[in-house]
Amino acid sequence: MNKLPKWVDIALIPFINLVLALVVSGLVVLFIGESPFEALSIMVNGAVGSSYGWGYTLYYATNFIFTGLAVSVAFQARLFNIGGEGQALIGGLGVALTCLAVPWPHWSLALPFAILGGAAFGAAWAAIPAYLQAKRGSHIVITTIMFNYIAATLLVYLLVNVLKKKGSMAPETARFPEGAFLPSAYDMAGWIGLKFSKSAPLNITFFIALICCVLVYLLIWRTRLGYQIRAFGHSEPAARYAGIPPVRITMITMMISGALAGLMGINAVMGEAERLVIDSVQGAGFVGIAVALMGRSHPAGVLVAGLLFGMLYQGGGELEFEIPAVSRDMILVIQGLVILFTGALDNMIRMPVERLFLRLRKGAA
Amino acid sequence: MDLSAINPTILIASLMVASTPILLAAIGELVVEKSGVLNLGVEGMMITGAICGFAVAVETGSPTLGFIGAAVGGAVLSMLFGVLTQFLLSNQVATGLALTLFGLGLSALLGQGYVGITPPATAEVNFGPLADIPVLGRILFQHDFMVYFSIALVAAVWAFLKFNRAGLILRAVGESHDAAHALGYKVVYVRLMAIGFGGACAGLGGAYLSLIRVPQWTEGMTAGAGWIALAIVVFASWRPVGVLLGAYLFGGVTVLQLNLQAAGLDKIWGIPLKVEYLSMSPYLITILVLVIMSSGRGRASLNAPAALGKSFHASS
Repeated sequence: MNKLPKWVDIALIPFINLVLALVVSGLVVLFIGESPFEALSIMVNGAVGSSYGWGYTLYYATNFIFTGLAVSVAFQARLFNIGGEGQALIGGLGVALTCLAVPWPHWSLALPFAILGGAAFGAAWAAIPAYLQAKRGSHIVITTIMFNYIAATLLVYLLVNVLKKKGSMAPETARFPEGAFLPSAYDMAGWIGLKFSKSAPLNITFFIALICCVLVYLLIWRTRLGYQIRAFGHSEPAARYAGIPPVRITMITMMISGALAGLMGINAVMGEAERLVIDSVQGAGFVGIAVALMGRSHPAGVLVAGLLFGMLYQGGGELEFEIPAVSRDMILVIQGLVILFTGALDNMIRMPVERLFLRLRKGAA
Repeated sequence: MDLSAINPTILIASLMVASTPILLAAIGELVVEKSGVLNLGVEGMMITGAICGFAVAVETGSPTLGFIGAAVGGAVLSMLFGVLTQFLLSNQVATGLALTLFGLGLSALLGQGYVGITPPATAEVNFGPLADIPVLGRILFQHDFMVYFSIALVAAVWAFLKFNRAGLILRAVGESHDAAHALGYKVVYVRLMAIGFGGACAGLGGAYLSLIRVPQWTEGMTAGAGWIALAIVVFASWRPVGVLLGAYLFGGVTVLQLNLQAAGLDKIWGIPLKVEYLSMSPYLITILVLVIMSSGRGRASLNAPAALGKSFHASS
């Protein structure tokens, strides 16, 4: 079983996977007649070349960590939660409602309630497909996808008809009260006497995402519930035989997953837009799948993969700006390739690497 | 309630047009699933077919060549899935999802030069005097060739699965790949062919959207049609006739809600109608159908291919 050193399993193989995905993407860039090396240098520069770039990179990373954790938790129970997109949208709605309900005096008071609001709404949105899967066996991939579309139209309805600011044409809510503004990276850098780009949307939510990584780790590997979730994921009949109720585990796992996706609303809605807009998620739910697969469904891996995809996203934005022929969809292609190489093609990379290490070990002995 | 603004003849005629993309994709996926493979990449193959067909049709000026191009595009993309799942034994669910994301991104990249162009029009099939029959003529005899092709394809798949020896082998592979293997059938090749057929059908469905139904190219234009096609296969409990019914039902809902939106009705039987509720309806009904027909229990589960979603390797 343990043929490989641990660092190879958690670092080297994902790295090779990513390089392969980048090489294939480079070929696509070449195919549309641009230089892949120039594209790569623009991307890296745009993502980490300035505090402005870092601000966006980490902001995107925060989103992806939340959605990536959501997919990972569900995947521990071998449930494919593809509904991160919808759950994050509805979570954002919960955050917005909380922020608008009370004239918050200070952000430190608003934040815990917004967290509750976002998590509760996200969990509720995930609970319905979970129930249908657990009770009726409806394929969770299809139901969660459908719930993404339903969430999007529901949000359009609410923003156009119910929540829209009076006298405004744009389908968005009123700005949140001043007391619900989260401190941005610029503010926080100011507290410790540092300078940071003022226009970057990075905010305190990044630290909440880090805390969530730790909490998810503790939940999955250090609690009884986490053990039940993993046992259920490895073998449903065995779990049932051991007295673990499948319906309950499915429901709880999916609700935790939905809550994590819903927390993304804190970052995107409360931290950045400071109002609820139609498209607050912008595909982060789907990126979460790639992030979770690349991160081996482990919080530490999700953190690294989230950062990486943050760079890809910010760098991709710059790329679109510099070379118009390469659009943001490039990122979608890379995402698909990363999922292919990390999730699906894992064995293709793993077997040669294993063989190589076995040979090295034999040579040493 | 005033429904007089909606003409039932035109409604049924446009229902057939609206259903065709889903029908094509679903009948392809049915064959794939009958061979025991679950390909969740229908959406990605559809959108790839949509842009391939659009590009070929615009460049050559021929919609027919466009459809052929779309079928080839979808089939090529599906072969990626086929090689990954059949030879490299990757997880079918993850690979299918990746295929969808990859297809969405790739199609957007390929389609950059084609936004805002009108494709060459596809002519109606000329039935001569038949088309002038009141009501029936409008419903049955004034469509483009793809509508008839899709219905013929359903019939062909039905006959193939039921009466043909090759169809029997395909079903055997889907029910028990080990038994089929023991009898000497090439499980992997049968499945690869089924996957290729599914990809071609999904590509045709996508091209129908971009060449006839819309007709234009926009990014992400399939908008979940591939997922609905997947749900329809479950709804049909893996029967070709059920796929036809299911697709027309969904097409009907889509057309009806569009018509209701256009008619500007604000109430039906006292229930206030909102545009957003209406545009939600196809997705809601998909879920409803899944819940009722779910594969977990009941009659539908008996008809699901027994080896659905399981990887096969000759050594095991």
